[in-house]
Amino acid sequence: MDWLNTIIRTFFDFQAMGQVLPQLLAVGLKNTLIISVAATIIGVVLGMVVAVMGISPSKWLRLPARVYTDLFRGLPAILTILLIGQGFARLSQSIFGPSPYPLGIIALSLIASSYIGEIFRAGIMSVERGQLEACRALGMSYAKAMALVVVPQGIRRVLPALVNQFIAIVKDSSLVYFLGLLVGERELFRVGQDAAVLSGNLSPLVMAGVFYLVITVPLTHLVNYFDNRFRTGRRRPAAPSSGLNEVNELDAASPLITGSNT
Amino acid sequence: MSTTTNTSAADIETFRGSSLELKNLTMAFGDIEVLRNVSLTIAPGTTTCIIGPSGSGKSTLLRGINRLHEPKSGDVLLDGESALALKPDVLRRRIGMVFQHFNLFPDHTALENVALSLRKVKGMSRTEATERARRRLAEVGLAERADHRPRDLSGGQQQRVAIARALAMEPEVMLFDEATSALDPELVKGVLNLMAALAGRGMTMAVVTHEMGFARKVADQVVFMDEGAVIEAGRPGDLFDNPKSARLQRFLSEVL
Repeated sequence: MDWLNTIIRTFFDFQAMGQVLPQLLAVGLKNTLIISVAATIIGVVLGMVVAVMGISPSKWLRLPARVYTDLFRGLPAILTILLIGQGFARLSQSIFGPSPYPLGIIALSLIASSYIGEIFRAGIMSVERGQLEACRALGMSYAKAMALVVVPQGIRRVLPALVNQFIAIVKDSSLVYFLGLLVGERELFRVGQDAAVLSGNLSPLVMAGVFYLVITVPLTHLVNYFDNRFRTGRRRPAAPSSGLNEVNELDAASPLITGSNT
Repeated sequence: MSTTTNTSAADIETFRGSSLELKNLTMAFGDIEVLRNVSLTIAPGTTTCIIGPSGSGKSTLLRGINRLHEPKSGDVLLDGESALALKPDVLRRRIGMVFQHFNLFPDHTALENVALSLRKVKGMSRTEATERARRRLAEVGLAERADHRPRDLSGGQQQRVAIARALAMEPEVMLFDEATSALDPELVKGVLNLMAALAGRGMTMAVVTHEMGFARKVADQVVFMDEGAVIEAGRPGDLFDNPKSARLQRFLSEVL
């Protein structure tokens, strides 16, 4: 059973896993979450701007939104991260200091915002036209109608897709290591990889992989839960009832309904 | 106006509906004219029912009045004043509209549906808006359903919420776009009675409807449209009993 031993030594060297565990927890997990959550928050804000521009009646707002989306969705993430991370390094140094960490977050945010923008746009456009018309007919401006009624409904519909996007960001956050992070800034992948070089096997990376799964798998199931819940709606099942209930209620109701025109 | 259910009709406030006049109104989708040179006068406090086959431009006519769809040419006079000269949002505050599919806000309760535009358009405080919304809901017989969301209401109840929502804005004119076409047959009566009561209280109303009984009983004027033009208009008795045009005779023989 030589090959089995090889596999165990390569992937499941528990000693090496145990050694890297504290670092993965204290450094890797922390940074992966910081990078992902920050990129998601910025991405959601930018994405909303892009989405609202993208459905605007004005061509001069739609066009830039379109170009932006095509650009950041069409390029490989690693390319965008390198271009932004190295291209703006000097500018970033004067603002954030020597660490490329903030630039990594910004690059991820831009990529995420192009996807999130499309998610929001699809959600907002799926809201029935009658909702906007009802608002307009009541005298609301386009902006108020969108902000108060249409956009909130659109967002609710795409919550599952947003969680999926967060999962994608968590995975993409591993690419930030290309920018050369300081020791305390390393995320899960980089911590695992550094440890793998020391231990001479892949077990620390397997351990890092476990951490990714610990973040993403529960979220995937959360998505399914959301999805089911929103599809069935919140209406409780009720026993069949007679239409007469309401008719009788109407007859007993206010003088306006039981007017003299019956 | 009272929230109790057995108020006598005398206690109910009356409306002061404005006049509405369409002058050579022409409306188009792109190059296709869907409404051609429609002229129509609706006196203050009267009800005009607009009947006709689907696609004849009835709904487009209503949407031209509050400019949900911008007219191509012609004019709409609200209380003698050109609607096209007003800002659309200002115009629409003076004109209530009720839709075939209710278009209630699904994530708001019945009360919030009525109160939302009071707060956000009329700028009322939350307490003030809620209080007025409650009164309006009570008027349409839904005081007990104030905290229900639209999905927990029947179609008839949803449409009455929609009417309360439009009335709360204190419009001078109400537009009804096939308000009962999507309802359970048993629930149509409740909504029609409510509309008739509004007419009786002096609201100016333009009602697109397939309910010929309602048109005959409640309308002061009936307008028959086909192919984007008014074919015949007049008092309901004249129109239904002595239709002059062959097209209306044919229409009535099919539907009555």
